[in-house]
Amino acid sequence: MPATVTTDQTDDGSVLRLGGAFALADLTGLHKALMRAAAAGPVTVDLTEVTRLDTAAAWAIAEAEKAAQSAGHALHLEGADEGAAALIDTVRAALPDPDTQTKPAFSLLHWLDGFGRSVAAGGVFLSQLLGILGVFIARLGRSVLHPSEFRLTSLVHHCQEVGLKAVPIVALMAFLIGVVLAFQGAAQLRQFGAEVFVVDLIAVSILRELGILLTAIIVAGRTASAFTAAIGSMKMREEIDAMRTLGIDPATALIVPRVLALLLMLPILGMIANATGLFGGALMSWIELGISPGLFVTRLVENTDVSHLMVGTIKAPFFAIVIGIVGCHAGLQVGNNAESLGRQTSAAVVTAIFSVIVIDALFSVFFAQVGI
Amino acid sequence: MRDEADQDPVIRLRSIRTQFGSHVVHDGLDLDVYRGEILGVVGGSGTGKSVLLRSIAGLQRPTEGEIEVLGTDVRKASEAERAALERRWGVMFQDGALFSSLNVRENVEVPMRAVEGLDPDLRRAMADLKISMSGLPYLAGDKYPSELSGGMRKRAGLARALALDPEIVFLDEPTAGLDPIGAADFDTLIRRLSDTMGLTVFLVTHDLDTLHAICDRIAVLAEKKVLVTGTMDEMLKVDHPWVHDYFHGPRARAALAAKDAQKEG
Repeated sequence: MPATVTTDQTDDGSVLRLGGAFALADLTGLHKALMRAAAAGPVTVDLTEVTRLDTAAAWAIAEAEKAAQSAGHALHLEGADEGAAALIDTVRAALPDPDTQTKPAFSLLHWLDGFGRSVAAGGVFLSQLLGILGVFIARLGRSVLHPSEFRLTSLVHHCQEVGLKAVPIVALMAFLIGVVLAFQGAAQLRQFGAEVFVVDLIAVSILRELGILLTAIIVAGRTASAFTAAIGSMKMREEIDAMRTLGIDPATALIVPRVLALLLMLPILGMIANATGLFGGALMSWIELGISPGLFVTRLVENTDVSHLMVGTIKAPFFAIVIGIVGCHAGLQVGNNAESLGRQTSAAVVTAIFSVIVIDALFSVFFAQVGI
Repeated sequence: MRDEADQDPVIRLRSIRTQFGSHVVHDGLDLDVYRGEILGVVGGSGTGKSVLLRSIAGLQRPTEGEIEVLGTDVRKASEAERAALERRWGVMFQDGALFSSLNVRENVEVPMRAVEGLDPDLRRAMADLKISMSGLPYLAGDKYPSELSGGMRKRAGLARALALDPEIVFLDEPTAGLDPIGAADFDTLIRRLSDTMGLTVFLVTHDLDTLHAICDRIAVLAEKKVLVTGTMDEMLKVDHPWVHDYFHGPRARAALAAKDAQKEG
């Protein structure tokens, strides 16, 4: 039976007759009718015909009672059976205290406060990264002094995960970049009849910048997230705390093998990227410009200084350290819930890629200044 | 009010068989739950208590058997019938199962959003009321599930289960992981809500104190079916070895002593 509300005006104020089974959908109408009556004068609420009173209706009655009292009237309940009366009592007792409903107002001070906090948090973040780097170096040094503590199996495992398994994607990426460079370079250089310089274009840009930078970006996406997810889920399940209680140093067990594996593997991946990038460039030059592989190799060897390769390769260890440290740090920041794991994983990827690009830019400025 | 004989069961299970691969969990299980009662389901680990709860709540299909809830056959119901039925029951999962991206108030509002013609301000007020009725402080509504303790998450989960004033609530181990004081408070809360809102409560538990304190009837799951149902006093007289051990073990005696002490005091 659907809920009904009828209002009668009598000499002693209004009488609201409620009937039927109340549900949440009837609340809006009931609340309006009760509030209007409570504001106008004394109210009598007759529940005789009600078959089911839900919490929403009980709340509306309790609210109207409060409103009537504050307006100086009275609200009488009639015909409430035992259950309805108990429910209204429970609701009355549970009504939130309006005094506690304070919300902080927005102000310039709050904005400044938030700004200051985020700047300080940035400083804390950088110092924590430095802390992890310090721990890595200290534990690595300790492993040199005490080789028995070093986890060789773990290192090999991570070298496979970080290095070997990344070879296909890195090689394919570099090959395509070589192809694109040759194709775009040819279109421009052909206008000057200087097609053969495409070799220099490809060699310098791949060896000096793109080979290692794009490799580092791919590794940052793939490995930083893997580090964060692995360490973070261990942190979530208190495995890291368990390690500490068992006398195992988490830094030696988790951070050293991972960062060291990256440090060993990233230069090799960079070399592979250089080789496949040059191969892609040579192939496209042959197809598009008719530069034979022999000519390509000759120009490559004669015209390209080895310093370009050095400039590119020297950056690899720095990229590796940053990616590894950022990934491990984010993993250790994971709290005891799954949301923070997801948040930290995506933050690790963004931070790692961003840091790689920042470092690359710094190196460019440095090499330009010293004139290499 | 709790007289079984002249009442239709709100939940009626007949010859339920549940099977995962070759592993049979339930075989020929019958159970009736009556309106307004608090039924406690107990059983050893792996006897399929939670599976039974999930089957009744339609989260899992038993291999065979009839499940009738509030007069509707859950297994044969159309989508519209199921949706109507789901508004008449609420489920509280073990750890609350709150949506982590929403705060507590928004969590409680989720089922209310499906109600047409409900003013957003009133919906908010109703959510606050349900949170308050579940024994949480008012300001807990603004908190996110990750900021709450286990006990508060359970209460928030209960508030969400009660959002639509259901007729039946399913509680999966409501007091597991709570300290004794928190557990006793939760028991009282369930009893009070059941009395005032006329709720039928189906609860799966391991907590002997809960069984003593609030359950009108107890159903024991063993040997792949409901071995025996009845009040606590009846349970104490059953001479099946597992049931006897369960209700006469050292923990059971402690719970019984606590209950007697409460009666006298």
